[in-house]
Amino acid sequence: MNKNILNMAEMDRRALLKAAGMGALALTGAGIASSANATPEDAAAYINKMTGGASGTANSGKVSIKLPEIAENGATVPITVSVDSPMTSGDHVKHIHIVAEGNPNPEVISFNLTPSNGKAEVATRMRLGKTQNIVAAAVMSDGTVHTNLKNVKVTIGGCGG
Amino acid sequence: MAVKPPRVKVPKKATKGDLVNIKTLISHKMETGNRKDKKGEKIPRLILNKFEVKFNGAEVFSADIYTAVSANPYIAFFHKAEASGTFNFTWTDDKGKSVAISADMAVS
Repeated sequence: MNKNILNMAEMDRRALLKAAGMGALALTGAGIASSANATPEDAAAYINKMTGGASGTANSGKVSIKLPEIAENGATVPITVSVDSPMTSGDHVKHIHIVAEGNPNPEVISFNLTPSNGKAEVATRMRLGKTQNIVAAAVMSDGTVHTNLKNVKVTIGGCGG
Repeated sequence: MAVKPPRVKVPKKATKGDLVNIKTLISHKMETGNRKDKKGEKIPRLILNKFEVKFNGAEVFSADIYTAVSANPYIAFFHKAEASGTFNFTWTDDKGKSVAISADMAVS
């Protein structure tokens, strides 16, 4: 655990160095940081893969994410995602993907729903390594994709080290 | 594998048309593969990667689980009560081992 905290402090310092534009040294640091954690680009690429490249409608109001603003313990962060859908056989939510932009791996969980769910609302608990954005993407039965994004502050990371 | 049996919360009775909230919890370490042991060697990944729910034999809900889901995975979802029947819940881990539990619901 101590080692873990040290590692995180190290990463923060690298991020600071990068921000201050300290040349080659900072660049090396950034390289290490990006191999350890996913970036928003990785998360976007993953969503693209899972949704078959369908262009998403961001913040269309269809998807809502319930998350604590500050997660004291990154090892268990409760999340509830609900999607506005009648859940009939003709118009329902097929998948809900939850993606963490700053974790070592962006994927968190993918729910596969059917019309017999009646209501498109799912809940779970996840691990978060650091303060980051959480993206929820809902794939509807007609192939359209709706996404939403929410930031969560993590006091103690929960991904191990 | 899970030492304790998984827990599921399914109402015994429901009225037709009700939206029933089903909650599940299973005890599992969900080893991410990122952690290291005291010798500094990586602890191999071992997580539950699949959760499936069948109602009277037909798949009604499933989830693909990745390493970012917390230890002792909790998953909750809804089910529209249309007919009486049995839910079958199955969790499968990276080694292909699975744990299953069932629960009955009477719909009037």
